[in-house]
Amino acid sequence: MAYLFDTPEQRQRMLAAIGAASVDELFQQIPESLQLGRELALPGAVSELELEQDLQRRLGEVGGGGVCFLGGGVYDHYIPAVVDELTSRGEFYTAYTPYQAEASQGTLQAFYEYQTLISQLSGMEVSNASLYEGGTAVSEAVFMAMRVNGRDGRVVVAGSLHPEYRQVLRTYFSRLGTEIVEVPAVDGVVSVEMCRGALTADTTALVLQQPNFFGCLEDIGGLTAAAHAAGALAILAFDPIGPGLLKRPGDYGVDIAVAEGQPLGTPLQFGGPLLGVFTCRSEYVRKMPGRLIGRTVDRRGRECFVLNLQAREQHIRRDKATSNICTNQGLLALRATVFLSVVGPRGLRRMAELSHAKARYAAACLTRLPGVVLKFERAFFREFVLETPRPATEVLRSLSDRGFNVGPELSRFGGSLGAGLERCFLVALTEKRTRAEIDALAAALGDVLGS
Amino acid sequence: MDPETLRYAKTHEWVSVTGDIATVGITDFAVRLLTDIVYLSLPKVGKVFLPGQAMGEVESVKAVSDIYAPVAGEVLEVNVGLPDQLQLLSDSPFERAWIVKLRMSAPGDLQQLLSRAQYLQHCGE
Amino acid sequence: MRNPTATRLLFEMSESGRGTVVFPESDVPDVSGVPVPGAEHLASVLLPLPELAEPDVVRHFVNLSTLNMSVDSHFYPLGSCTMKYNPKRHERLARLPQAVASHPYQQESQIQGLLSVLYELQGMLAEISGLPGVSLHPAAGAQGELTALLTAAAYFRHRGEQRTRVLFPASAHGTNPASAALAGFECVQLSGGRDGFVDLSELRAQLDERSAVFMVTNPNTLGLFEKDIATIAAMLHEVGGLVYIDGANMNAILGRTRPGDFGGDMMHYNVHKTFTGPHGAGGPGAGPIAVRDFLAPFLPAPVVTFDAVRNWYSLTEPEHSIGRMRSFFGNVGILLRGYCYIRTLGGRGLREASDCAVLNANYLLSQVRDFLDVPHGHRCMHEFVASAKRLKEQTGVTAMDIAKRLLDYGFHAPTVYFPLVVEEALMMEPTETESLATLDAFAAALRQICSEPAELVKGAPHTTAVCRPDEVNAARKPVLCWSAQC
Repeated sequence: MAYLFDTPEQRQRMLAAIGAASVDELFQQIPESLQLGRELALPGAVSELELEQDLQRRLGEVGGGGVCFLGGGVYDHYIPAVVDELTSRGEFYTAYTPYQAEASQGTLQAFYEYQTLISQLSGMEVSNASLYEGGTAVSEAVFMAMRVNGRDGRVVVAGSLHPEYRQVLRTYFSRLGTEIVEVPAVDGVVSVEMCRGALTADTTALVLQQPNFFGCLEDIGGLTAAAHAAGALAILAFDPIGPGLLKRPGDYGVDIAVAEGQPLGTPLQFGGPLLGVFTCRSEYVRKMPGRLIGRTVDRRGRECFVLNLQAREQHIRRDKATSNICTNQGLLALRATVFLSVVGPRGLRRMAELSHAKARYAAACLTRLPGVVLKFERAFFREFVLETPRPATEVLRSLSDRGFNVGPELSRFGGSLGAGLERCFLVALTEKRTRAEIDALAAALGDVLGS
Repeated sequence: MDPETLRYAKTHEWVSVTGDIATVGITDFAVRLLTDIVYLSLPKVGKVFLPGQAMGEVESVKAVSDIYAPVAGEVLEVNVGLPDQLQLLSDSPFERAWIVKLRMSAPGDLQQLLSRAQYLQHCGE
Repeated sequence: MRNPTATRLLFEMSESGRGTVVFPESDVPDVSGVPVPGAEHLASVLLPLPELAEPDVVRHFVNLSTLNMSVDSHFYPLGSCTMKYNPKRHERLARLPQAVASHPYQQESQIQGLLSVLYELQGMLAEISGLPGVSLHPAAGAQGELTALLTAAAYFRHRGEQRTRVLFPASAHGTNPASAALAGFECVQLSGGRDGFVDLSELRAQLDERSAVFMVTNPNTLGLFEKDIATIAAMLHEVGGLVYIDGANMNAILGRTRPGDFGGDMMHYNVHKTFTGPHGAGGPGAGPIAVRDFLAPFLPAPVVTFDAVRNWYSLTEPEHSIGRMRSFFGNVGILLRGYCYIRTLGGRGLREASDCAVLNANYLLSQVRDFLDVPHGHRCMHEFVASAKRLKEQTGVTAMDIAKRLLDYGFHAPTVYFPLVVEEALMMEPTETESLATLDAFAAALRQICSEPAELVKGAPHTTAVCRPDEVNAARKPVLCWSAQC
């Protein structure tokens, strides 16, 4: 059912007004030889009820019936009911990009608030109105760094940056001459010395992550200073729950900070749609990718909001645009806005503290098992790398059979995280996990390793 | 400056010559076409351009266009105050809104430029 | 009735000391023997986020929402954007907890159902496009373009060919040149013929061994089907180049013709347009691409494959894959909505949708062309571009003025000033989910506006919360973030 409601009589009236005998005649614009001439070979139409029954049957149990200890970039954080309720309003989610400011003040003000909230969260001066997700945000940040300092010879990337973000960067830069140099992580973090050694006079930026992919905390202050000493920009991918407990990117003086914003009120959804957070120093604003909302006044002096600095964007600057992005992640940015509004600074601190405390408790419980150790004896935030005596893929499969979804295993990313990690996997904790679940996970792991 | 005595590029820059120094701006016609200019980027002093190379950019709300070097030369000076006084581009396009001064390396380039009458005819086309 | 108290900025409603969402007390004991973050890592002060009460937050966003026009509340004939009805059933189905709570790193055994749906969707998009290789990976249309161009580049590299140029008509979406530039190609823009179609001789003059890809929207942004598309494709193929179809306008041709059948080698879909994933006030979208068989080995990773012997779905990397374009699989939440749309319409329903989209557009065209010029023909596909040039010359009323005045009549504006090849352009796409009564009312409003006093129209909108924001000052002195000082 295609939501058509004109009667046959009305269609005839429309055809008459057009001066066409039939709808087929309208399609005569398509040369006969190019017309399909048959029905598409697709499954027959089903009703809403049948489709729901089919999907319920096929999709199986929620989370495969397991408790989520999975990390690696997206996390099972709590989403207050008010987030779904407010962002389900059709006035928000069935609107388009706010090009007509007078018909979009709701969206525009919400995105201005989003930009401000993200600035407050990150400690950075400006935020755009969102990019696709964390990985492309890193690539866009490197492109922006090249526009800012005019260097395009090299970009230095921490080997502790999410391996998928590094893969995205390699794909985005595959046809450009810029050399991508990865500084391997040693014992869970990158060394300031090694990064300094990799930074050359034509290096545009140093790309870091905090907490890094292993969950460990890097010396962002020292690394940022090294980047600046070499005339390069410091780009930091941060965890948006981190600032509840940890220093913000802006506190370290980084130049561009990006994030996967999913923990701010967006569900996992098998990894998409997510929220690309992008912030920087205000002096770079005209070199930023993506939409920006600005505050201004209207003809009668009333405060209002508009899409600002559009001349940077593809619909005006075309091949010289700061990015090709058009559609962004507006609805997820709205979710983050509502989320931060109701969670507030105290709620976010609590989320961060709870996640951290539970991660520490889980690490303590799990490493009590024989042969199970923290791979890196370093401070972490809400996720850590565990090493057991058995191959990680086997261990994780067995755990999932017992109702615990844990990982990912580091071998999933090939050798990109270093050698000798076949027995290592990530364990992530959020405020949602209970002591009982953690204790049960420890028992299950003991069981898996003992058997 | 009297617009009648200036030389013009088809890309809407004007040039005023004193010795081997070419002062360059953009024309009243270009400013009108772009409507309200919101941003201007200037080249760095010392940079060398060939004729037709982009030296900077002007941006309006809905459009952006390059400012091209009308003659070859090295940037001696830029109007540093102009980006903060964009209104001058419409109020005083041929005087206070000059953009760069170039030390010409090939004054013969001037031969390629148009007179005011030729330029206006070009704009009318 | 605007509620100005509720629509103050969040930051102006903040009172220190409030906490809204209450999290439980920690149920785990403090542990020793696990490394602790040092002071150099820890925040020293509370974040400067606003502190708000939940009822205020609710009232704030509900009131803000009423300041928007949306498909759910208004006719939204925004050309090139396919603002059709977003079925509510999709919202429920895409939010099934099994889909929403799936983590991308879950064991493959736990996501067989979800993978089977995505695999099925790959097949559906292959059939609709006539192009067998499908990747659901790209996040939106523009990323689909970039993905396809990098896929083509990898293919050429594999063949040892050095192709450096991407061509497109002047009427192309801005994303086409922007994506080509990002992919490291030289951009060649064709001005196009006066009739709105690609000028074959102009194209021929530009084609040579450097030509990589010709990007073309079909139907094009004037709402016309490129009648010579087969010839264009043959010309490209003759010099070894490829044809990219920007699928933004697929809503015009579902089940009537297929990009793969008219010579396209690659295309992207905009799931949020054609297949009703809602637009979300600017996103998210999903931009799957479909390509010919010989390009499929170069598609980005991952794709869903099915092993019939083991009856097993897997995420795999094509043999010569360009790699990843983003983290994780793709915008699954939007892809699921598209899947639901295709399932509930079936092949016949999709064709019916396109039929009615084209019927509605042609009807609207027939109702406006006695008072607005439509420079490119008396028939169109799913949209058409009118011009207010004559009205502007006569009365000073511009396309933008008409757009603003339409808001007073309770209609969202058409796309204005695009494509760039039409002066004072008003690009109207009614979509199939609008009734005759709505189209008649819209046409009547447009007619009325065109005869209203210029002063009235130029002062519009008169009924909205704000009128013509000062964009010039906004851009000269950008204020992009609230601060306590301002």
